[in-house]
Amino acid sequence: MKARVVGDVSMLPDGAFGSRTPIWWGLICFILIEGGGFALACGAYFFLMSHTEPWPPSRFPPDLPAGIAFTALLLLSEIPNVFTKRAEKAQDERATQLGLIAASFVGALLLAIRWFEFHSLNVRWDDNAYGSIVWALLFLHTVHLITDWADTVVLAVFTFTHEVDTNRFSDVADNSLYWHFVVIAWLPIYALIYWVPRLAG
Amino acid sequence: MRRAAAWLAMGMAGLALAACSGAQDSLNPAGDQAAHTQDVWRLMLIVCGAMYVLVMAFLGWALWRARRALDGPPLEDAVKSSADAPMRNALVGWTALIILGLGVLAVGSFLVDRSLARADTKDALHIKITGNQWWWQVEYQDPDPSRQFTTANELHLPANRPAILELAAQDVIHSFWIPNLAGKEDLIPGRTNWLTLNPRRIGVYRGQCAEFCGLQHAQMALDATVEDPQAFEAWRQAQLKPAPPPSNDAQVRGQGVFINGACGSCHEIAGSDAHGRTGPDLTHLASRRKLAAGALPVGRDGLIAWLHDPQAIKPGNHMPLVHMSDQDLNDLVAYLQSLS
Amino acid sequence: MSAAYPREVGAKEAEALHAQLDATWRTGTGFWDRLATVDHKIVGRRYIVTGFVFFVLAGILAVLMRLQLATPQSGLISADRYNQIFSMHGTTMMFLFAVPIMEAMGVYLVPLMCGTRNIAYPRLNAYSYWVYLFGGVMIWVAFLLNVGPETGWFSYVPLAGPEFSPGKRTDFWAQMITFTEVSALAVAAELIATILKQRAPGMTLARMPLFLWSILVTSVMILFAMPAVMLASSFLISDRLIGTHFYNPAEGGDPLLWQHLFWFFGHPEVYIIFVPALGMVSSIVATFAQRTIFAYPAMVMALIGNGLLAFGLWVHHMFATGLPRLGNSFYTSASMTIALPAGVQIFCWIATLWDGKPRFKAPLLFVLGFVVIFVLGGLTGVMLASVPLDLQLHDTYFVVAHFHYVLIGGAVFPLFGGFYYWFPKITGRMLSEKAGAWNFWLFFVGFNVAFFPMHILGLIGMPRRVYTYPAGLGWELWNRISTLGGLVIVVSVLIFIGNVTVSLRRGALAGDNPWDAATLEWATTSPPPSYNFAHIPVVTTREALWSEDRPVMEGLKSESREVLCTSVLDAEPDMRHASPKPSLWPLFTALATSAMFIGSIFHEWALVWGSLPIVVGLIGWLWPTTPPKRQLEAAT
Repeated sequence: MKARVVGDVSMLPDGAFGSRTPIWWGLICFILIEGGGFALACGAYFFLMSHTEPWPPSRFPPDLPAGIAFTALLLLSEIPNVFTKRAEKAQDERATQLGLIAASFVGALLLAIRWFEFHSLNVRWDDNAYGSIVWALLFLHTVHLITDWADTVVLAVFTFTHEVDTNRFSDVADNSLYWHFVVIAWLPIYALIYWVPRLAG
Repeated sequence: MRRAAAWLAMGMAGLALAACSGAQDSLNPAGDQAAHTQDVWRLMLIVCGAMYVLVMAFLGWALWRARRALDGPPLEDAVKSSADAPMRNALVGWTALIILGLGVLAVGSFLVDRSLARADTKDALHIKITGNQWWWQVEYQDPDPSRQFTTANELHLPANRPAILELAAQDVIHSFWIPNLAGKEDLIPGRTNWLTLNPRRIGVYRGQCAEFCGLQHAQMALDATVEDPQAFEAWRQAQLKPAPPPSNDAQVRGQGVFINGACGSCHEIAGSDAHGRTGPDLTHLASRRKLAAGALPVGRDGLIAWLHDPQAIKPGNHMPLVHMSDQDLNDLVAYLQSLS
Repeated sequence: MSAAYPREVGAKEAEALHAQLDATWRTGTGFWDRLATVDHKIVGRRYIVTGFVFFVLAGILAVLMRLQLATPQSGLISADRYNQIFSMHGTTMMFLFAVPIMEAMGVYLVPLMCGTRNIAYPRLNAYSYWVYLFGGVMIWVAFLLNVGPETGWFSYVPLAGPEFSPGKRTDFWAQMITFTEVSALAVAAELIATILKQRAPGMTLARMPLFLWSILVTSVMILFAMPAVMLASSFLISDRLIGTHFYNPAEGGDPLLWQHLFWFFGHPEVYIIFVPALGMVSSIVATFAQRTIFAYPAMVMALIGNGLLAFGLWVHHMFATGLPRLGNSFYTSASMTIALPAGVQIFCWIATLWDGKPRFKAPLLFVLGFVVIFVLGGLTGVMLASVPLDLQLHDTYFVVAHFHYVLIGGAVFPLFGGFYYWFPKITGRMLSEKAGAWNFWLFFVGFNVAFFPMHILGLIGMPRRVYTYPAGLGWELWNRISTLGGLVIVVSVLIFIGNVTVSLRRGALAGDNPWDAATLEWATTSPPPSYNFAHIPVVTTREALWSEDRPVMEGLKSESREVLCTSVLDAEPDMRHASPKPSLWPLFTALATSAMFIGSIFHEWALVWGSLPIVVGLIGWLWPTTPPKRQLEAAT
């Protein structure tokens, strides 16, 4: 049977933003996987909490300052993030570079504060199940923080070494989306680590 | 497909055959719980069997009809069919039938479950069962401490008197299961589970750990003897007593081997100086039917084989091989056989 | 271009296009070219073959177990070896055969059925295969070195915890989970993106073949189910290696946390294996009845219903753990409800056959075997949903019979049907029908002889996972019959392997569409060219190839790799998208990943230093294809 050509797709664009690209769907899948992991870890927290009295067993909840500082800075990090996202949409190379550099610095600062958070938990991972789950939650979130921070840094470097076309802008946009996820996922974890022990204890 | 039907018929015959009596058999109930469960099984067999026959009949009809169609003219339109409308009604009917069938089964199952939850527990015996790798500790409880006693790998139950079992685990998860009496219930470290038994029929039944618990999961059985109340009371009185003192020279020497050798550090024999707690209580070992959680019969041959090399009988179990002379072995067996 | 449409493609033009496209898409024949390939067909073929090898290996273990159990008190296999064997049998079948091979069929078929040139994220696809392969090889090497898993495919704690499973055996098992889940999740994401974004123009959701629906549902289920087991096994391995207490009741942990997490994954897992098989059944039934599947919307709803309900049943694996009774009743109803979508689908297939002109070729035989076996397995599943009955039958051979009826009947029979059905497409040659009939009948009879008696064994008290049993409980005869049946299955599988081996060389040539099927994979040559389709097919009906008209679109680049992206719902052409070239970076990254996973069994800091090579691999993998700025400046 001979092929009967009914149309031409060569006029279509070769790049796009958001849900039009396959990459965006991959990212959504990744966020669903990771979000599912976070949700189950939070479920495990409540499961273990439901038959441990008191909670925390040592009665010493984590110290607040590092956590508050981290949460505040994480929320503020949305400013460079949203700024970068707008720059990408406008395909403004200079502003994108600026935004990515700012985001990289904020990310590094966040990681530094995270170090102090681990030291303010007042429990070791091998003390008891409470310690294990608290460390697990913080560790899980840190892994995501590092991943997206590394991605941001690499993208920032690319914008200086390589030509920036629609696909690259699109990558940066996806990176911003993922950062939203890192920020939103932190809020319940923050509540579980710092506030539930205070309210439950 | 006729072959399939033949298989099914054979299978059903097999199921009927299987209903002959067995000592570890869920279709040979000797207690209320197992009997009620068998009612669920019968209901399931009827409803599900009917559904299966229906599906197979439809499949058979479809294939028979289609075979005729093979010789007919080619299909005019592969995509749409005039048969769609009646078939759609049939699909609705089929769906309703499935919902009805499932409804019957769910309600039947729920009612039986409720009746089990409301089992008669008046004047119940309280027994604590602790799962160990790979044996059962059985403690008969009583408000009066002098009426408590401990045994292992055996359960005696008076017929027509409820028993409440408290289930705990020492090491890993086990599952307590005597199919002739009731369904299983897990023994989980850090948790306590409960199981009620209402034994009715006199006999000796066999139970076995049903949750994989490591190397010797296969050899973790126990005996459950359902007996008339007088026989049970006699057994209980005997169990409450300490072990009889050795009555001849061989038994005296054997007791020495037991206490001075390795045995006494793990096993308890009430009335002697052996007070180990990690292994099964052996106070009335000789009155039991089986040794090492069902691995061997209690008796001279069984005891010799076991003591000669427990690791050969039940590889990996926690009883070490203790080397001893033939003389010591014979004396030890003589002593153990006196523990009735 | 300013051609007037529609137009016909001349032979000369087609030939030139083929030459150009093949140069762009072909995988070279050199050693490194083969390792670097990102062609979904080559990766898919490797996946299928690897999965089948694991099927055979796990089958050999099954035969060993059957030989041991043929007689009471058999001394053939030691307790320790037997426990490793049944652990490896379950682990291999579930993690290394069933899920991967279903995804593998998707990897091979989905892009073809969508009418696109390659899968989405082809490099991730190559990576996922390597990770799967290395994980499978790792656990089998460990098993052969006597450090294989010993606590079952379910690895209940505390038995699998640091105290009761010392040594490295369970660590290897837990890391095998990580390997296979990483690979399964990656493939799920690829398949979702391919199905949603790369369908042929005109293939709206309502025109999607049921196989694509089933793969889509499966992939979404994987996204939600697999994180649970990864979390569970990460907790397990950290309990074992760095002294956490997630499952340690003495320090506030709980063994039931493992069971909840494991079965939250483990139950959907069964449907993850089974739903793609439903898609295969639909493909085969439609083709061999020469009739569109009856009640397509009901079938789609049933697939989605399967996927949703599968997440509501996990507690029925835990009825004996002493959970609250009322909750258990809820799970009884939920578990029974899943019979509804299954029943609807069975009805629709039979109705399709009833109304069609079935041709009784090997693929259809396997589908008929599927109906006979699977329906029985489904009904015993309904029985097991009842709390009181389950308390008797749980962890007995009745359950073993049940899930083999469901998994072999429900998934392996359709899979074999699928092998016979798609073999001509993959290889260009037909499998022998005669050998196929022998293959089928021996499998069907052997299967029932092997597994039907297990129902009876369970009812008369035989528990699972026992390496031996005493004589005198009435179990001997049924066990012996079962072993005989197992040997018949062995013969059947040997016939299949022989059939494949011979037909690869001497089978009749297949042509593009030997079965007169309706879906797009049959619109191209057998085997398909490296670029799948010279022109992108356009779909106007659900049964694309059963209409006389074969419209296509042109305009994708032929000198570089491009695929067409279409809109999610209506499959309107939307953009052209560059598809990555072959690369060794996925292989490098997979090796680095494996080094990290295996290293972390021996030292926890391997997680940190082991991640550095992975980062290097990822940067190399994702290095932009746009030219560096220095070049640009030099050029201007």
